[in-house]
Amino acid sequence: MTARSRTSASANSWLIASGTVVFIVVALGFLAPWIAPYSIGGLEAKQLLETPSWSHWMGTDGLGRDLFTRILYGARVSITVGLGTAVIALVIGTSYGLVAGFRGGNWDHLMMRVVDIFYGLPEMLIFILLSLVFGRNIGGLLIALGLVSWVRFARIARGQVLQAKEFLFVESANALGASRRRVLLRHILPNILGPIIVTLTFSIPSAILAESTLSFIGIGINDPYSAWGTSWGTLAQDGYRAMRSYPHVIAFPAAAIFVTILSFNVLGNGLRDLLDPKQR
Amino acid sequence: MIPILLKRVVHGVLVLWVVATLTFLLLRLAPGGPFDSERKLPPEVLANLEAKYHLDQPILNQYLLYLSGIARGDFGPSYKYLDRGVTRIIAETLPTSALLGGLAFAFAILSAFPVGLLAAYYRGSFIDRLCLLVATLGISLPNFILGALLIWAVALQLGWLQAGRWDDWSSAILPTITLGAAPAAYLAALLRSSLIETFNEDFVRTARAKGLKESLVVMKHALAHSLIPILTVMGPLAAALLTGSFVVEYVFAIPGMGRFFISAVTDRDYPLIMGVTLVYTLLLVCANLVVDMLYGYADPRIRAQS
Repeated sequence: MTARSRTSASANSWLIASGTVVFIVVALGFLAPWIAPYSIGGLEAKQLLETPSWSHWMGTDGLGRDLFTRILYGARVSITVGLGTAVIALVIGTSYGLVAGFRGGNWDHLMMRVVDIFYGLPEMLIFILLSLVFGRNIGGLLIALGLVSWVRFARIARGQVLQAKEFLFVESANALGASRRRVLLRHILPNILGPIIVTLTFSIPSAILAESTLSFIGIGINDPYSAWGTSWGTLAQDGYRAMRSYPHVIAFPAAAIFVTILSFNVLGNGLRDLLDPKQR
Repeated sequence: MIPILLKRVVHGVLVLWVVATLTFLLLRLAPGGPFDSERKLPPEVLANLEAKYHLDQPILNQYLLYLSGIARGDFGPSYKYLDRGVTRIIAETLPTSALLGGLAFAFAILSAFPVGLLAAYYRGSFIDRLCLLVATLGISLPNFILGALLIWAVALQLGWLQAGRWDDWSSAILPTITLGAAPAAYLAALLRSSLIETFNEDFVRTARAKGLKESLVVMKHALAHSLIPILTVMGPLAAALLTGSFVVEYVFAIPGMGRFFISAVTDRDYPLIMGVTLVYTLLLVCANLVVDMLYGYADPRIRAQS
């Protein structure tokens, strides 16, 4: 009994800690223009590659730009990519899975065949190909990532619907003559939200990882002077080139990526234990 | 077993066809052509180039030409490397990538098994919590960051190894660790939870009750049973190693297929992009096929079904 409550208490504190970090990263990203100490385009020709100091908390890069400012704006890029992709994949995948599971029969069979084929594709490569078509900017990357990652939601949603269809309250709603639309949206959807929220939480860090990886190897967001923000992956690539003499330039973006992905993953684990105890 | 296998092969061919068609269409849709350069080419030169690569023909013809080429193992000419065809580039670079992937796979298995076993056996202990912590960190650490970190610490600061070379066995150490770390962490965590579940099963209790040596209980009965969930993730794991390899090849400047893929993307060298994508897909399909077969072999219930 005591051991059990202790583990759940420590699980809760992990949930709260990771949730707080996630909240801070999101807030910093969206408030970047107001809290950044320097302007995003500001160059200081006399202060190239400076190490961290009171005036430049994270030092400056090879063009004399304040790294802390660039990291803040980069948070906006990462969070937009993460949340945007997750929402696109959620909408496409969940509605697809809902329809497949709810219709059942041949429809279900055919629709899940398509999902199976998507599952067999090398995700990252298809993502790269799609990003070539939709353009190497945030919008294009969002669409490309969303189109790659919707299948996960489709599988989860369909499996959940198949289970929920057997519930007695669904049967009674059917017996009372509720429309199919009403049964699906009012009775089934709310009951399958837990696993979908968990999937959503996990798909955010994988989108951030995919975007920063592509930007690091130079085939992601192709806009190093954007006034809207540069990807952490691009910042890390800049730092990687100067790593031998100026390791701070890569250290801060790398830490930002790691901490963000880690806290989303820990948050996802916590939410899974909380909302979806079966999958543990 | 045979009908299931046949079904899987058909599925694999279907996946390959979908990827071939998809890459073909996507790259035709992509803005910008392979011969767009800063200085505009004279129209006659452009026309000749397009004729040489069949780009002047109707799109359906191009598609059929492309498919029949693939069937013969010919991925066409590279737009960038004029002296070599895509097939030759792949044949030259694939062994390097395969070696790296194989080493990383071996590293992942060899480090995940002892760690997962220890953590599960001493569940809740300090070792267990340490393993869980390392696994969580390992899953969240992108491999380009790990690679850069290893180069900085081991090669630049300590000077134990050299980075950016690919000539003897010592140059493979850091890339192998970089590529294998995340799969190792993932496998260890999975093996741990699978083993913990198995330890509670009746047959483990029976094995202990009849006085079997503890090492035999763990190694033979429990471990064999826990392997099944491990096998199911081998497919996605192979995919992670494949796609991870081009990041690692980039970070460590290894002359493998992935690095050519990256430069092909920047150069819009369409045949090379399509060729590498297809080879990656083929490898993935084969990996999944092998996993399915092993899965059927490992689980008697599945063997009985067919």
